[in-house]
Amino acid sequence: MSDRARAKAHQSRPDGGGAAATAPPPSAQGGTRKPAASQLAAWAFLAPVTIYLLVFYAYPLYRSLDLSLRNYTVRSFVHGHAPFSGFKNYRIDLHDPTFTPALLHTLIFTVVSIAFQFVIGLALAVFFVQHFKLSATLRALFLVPWLLPLIVSASTWSWMLNSDSGVVNSALHSVGITSVNWLTAPKWALVSVIIANIWIGIPFNLVLMYSGLQAISPDIYEAAALDGANGWQRFWRVTFPLLRPVTAVTLLLGLVYTLKVFDIIWIMTRGGPAGASTTFATWSYQLSFGNLLPAFGPGAAVANMLIVMTLIFGFVYFRIQRKQLES
Amino acid sequence: MKTPTMGRRVRGTTALSVAVMASLVACSSSKPAASGTTSSSPAAPSSQATSSAPTSSPATSNSSAAQSSAPAATGGTYTISDPYPQYTAGSSWVNLLNSCGASAGVKIKRTGYDTTALLSQTLLSAQQGNSPDVLIVDNPVVSTLADAGVLASNDQDNIDTSAVSPNLLAAGVLNGKTYGIPVGANTLALYYNKTILSAAGIDPTTITSWTALTAALAKVKAMGKGGITLSAIGTEEGSFQFLPWFWGSGANLTNLASTQGVAALQLWTTWLKDGYVPNAAIQDTQTTSWAEFATGKYAFAENGTWQLSNADKAGFPYGIIPIPSMAGGVAPAPTGGEFVTIPLQKDASRYPTTEKIVSCLTSADNAFNTDTTLGYIGVTAAVQQKQAANPQLPVWISAVGAAKGRTSDNLGTNYPKISQQLWTAMQNALTGSKSPSAAMSAAQSAAAAATGGK
Repeated sequence: MSDRARAKAHQSRPDGGGAAATAPPPSAQGGTRKPAASQLAAWAFLAPVTIYLLVFYAYPLYRSLDLSLRNYTVRSFVHGHAPFSGFKNYRIDLHDPTFTPALLHTLIFTVVSIAFQFVIGLALAVFFVQHFKLSATLRALFLVPWLLPLIVSASTWSWMLNSDSGVVNSALHSVGITSVNWLTAPKWALVSVIIANIWIGIPFNLVLMYSGLQAISPDIYEAAALDGANGWQRFWRVTFPLLRPVTAVTLLLGLVYTLKVFDIIWIMTRGGPAGASTTFATWSYQLSFGNLLPAFGPGAAVANMLIVMTLIFGFVYFRIQRKQLES
Repeated sequence: MKTPTMGRRVRGTTALSVAVMASLVACSSSKPAASGTTSSSPAAPSSQATSSAPTSSPATSNSSAAQSSAPAATGGTYTISDPYPQYTAGSSWVNLLNSCGASAGVKIKRTGYDTTALLSQTLLSAQQGNSPDVLIVDNPVVSTLADAGVLASNDQDNIDTSAVSPNLLAAGVLNGKTYGIPVGANTLALYYNKTILSAAGIDPTTITSWTALTAALAKVKAMGKGGITLSAIGTEEGSFQFLPWFWGSGANLTNLASTQGVAALQLWTTWLKDGYVPNAAIQDTQTTSWAEFATGKYAFAENGTWQLSNADKAGFPYGIIPIPSMAGGVAPAPTGGEFVTIPLQKDASRYPTTEKIVSCLTSADNAFNTDTTLGYIGVTAAVQQKQAANPQLPVWISAVGAAKGRTSDNLGTNYPKISQQLWTAMQNALTGSKSPSAAMSAAQSAAAAATGGK
């Protein structure tokens, strides 16, 4: 319906241009052929992106939903005719002893990672915006975690945190602290992957917050300084409020990226030991591909629950954004 | 008048953006990692494929489609999939495939996948009705694929398996029918560091029971050296490494919580607690646990035939003994290695040529070449006799003779479910989350539930 309405709107102003919305339509005659052509052109322009969205976004989503609602065995995956089983796969997941720990780990992993990434990223951004000597070089160095392939950084972390031959433990040892089984003790595994993930996420936050800081006019700081605001007050009263839109974008994107983090955890701990660092992302993979006998249905169900979680946070974000627009 | 328009536009964008965002998550939430593992062991995942998009195109990164360099073939092109991406065009393995194709009068198009990727890939291509003509696949997967109706049984095609040792063929048997033929076998044994053992005054030939091995580990530890490296990771690889001890206690996979099963887990748990096994074993793959042994600081390593060439490069003298069982004697280790199978084809006229290719790879004369090429122990007595001329191999030949298929005992497709519980129990006990007996009881009830009480 909205498409038709939009098409109508096009007809009424063949010149396009949103600014002309209130302008009276040009001469009525001769308008019968031209709008048709422009409508066709509009569809032609729309077609690539529509097809792209359908093929690469809508269809996989549909398939994922379909997988999660049917009772797929390896046989029915190959030959089709998997019986519709409603929400049985979701019930299987909910009653799985892995569910509660996985949910908890996903939330802890996401919240703790983002909190540290954001605070450290912001602090570094504020630091680098001062433009001291070498600041550009140092800033570039901070981007390294972002540039490295995840397989490289995750493998390096797991090597550094190795219980017996890791560099971290030997450093601890040299200052007289007993070594920690970073990746092989259930109470440390999640901490370890979070630390690695924070390290990987800092540059992303740094870059976004840095660009946000650059957008704040120096005049405002000057005015605040003239009014007698000290450094701390300038940060809390000027920088922070003006950064709010960038902050919202950064946090939301961070949330989406962090909820679905898979590579780091899988490479470092395989979700283990004994499920101690299993999140929804690794659990979904474990179910679908981590076993000799794939459980596609329950795996897809976990993936879809992850999508729903992201969706919820997405709506929260847009609500906040709209409120900001209105105020 | 302006505000409502604005509001509507924002809301429109909202819906679209959220949809796009959700799709992004859907497409990338289960992105697997690439991890370097050898394909000769039950490998860790490393593949393409997403859970939500089974239509994604086949991974081509590892593929090395090799056109036959042999003289003009007339019978069309036959496709072969194998789990040996490390062999590229021009390697002896690919040359062997091409020459077998040439002798059958056809061209060969061969693609190598990582072990886990091969399973997903096989299921997807079977779903789309374009299975390869020949599929070389890890032995515990054969029963799953047979159950899925992907493979032709040996009654349908005419593969001769009469010369194959029954314990090696067992992994390909499901409900009385045999699917494919093992191309070669490997298994686990104990490598030992001769320097450390002679310094500790241990005679490796006396290590024929758990008690003797534990005493040897204690002696080595007292010298300030490491005991044994193994892989207790929470994947199929971990179960693979634990099975010789599990079976060596007399336990059976149908009852994980038996006193024998618990004793096996207790053995590993005690070793770890006493520092005979490095703590990293809980996360080690067979590749990383080998790397620890290769440092020369450890007396023993539980590892497979495929490390032989690395052992020569380790820089210290080494020897190999079979894994001892609890009471004494050789413990049955699980068989590794692949089966050559023929996936079902719509066009039955392709089978005769396919059979020629398969028998070329596995017939008495050629099997020796195939196994030498792949670093495997032969599956027939004839090939094993020929291999025994190599002084390194007799110990492996006897280990393979004692080995047992993971899916045998008619476990078939139940094996993966049991194995998953087994490695979970192992991880729970080794990390101290549960006692060995509590871990095994929990695993048994979960396995019984997953397999329908069987």
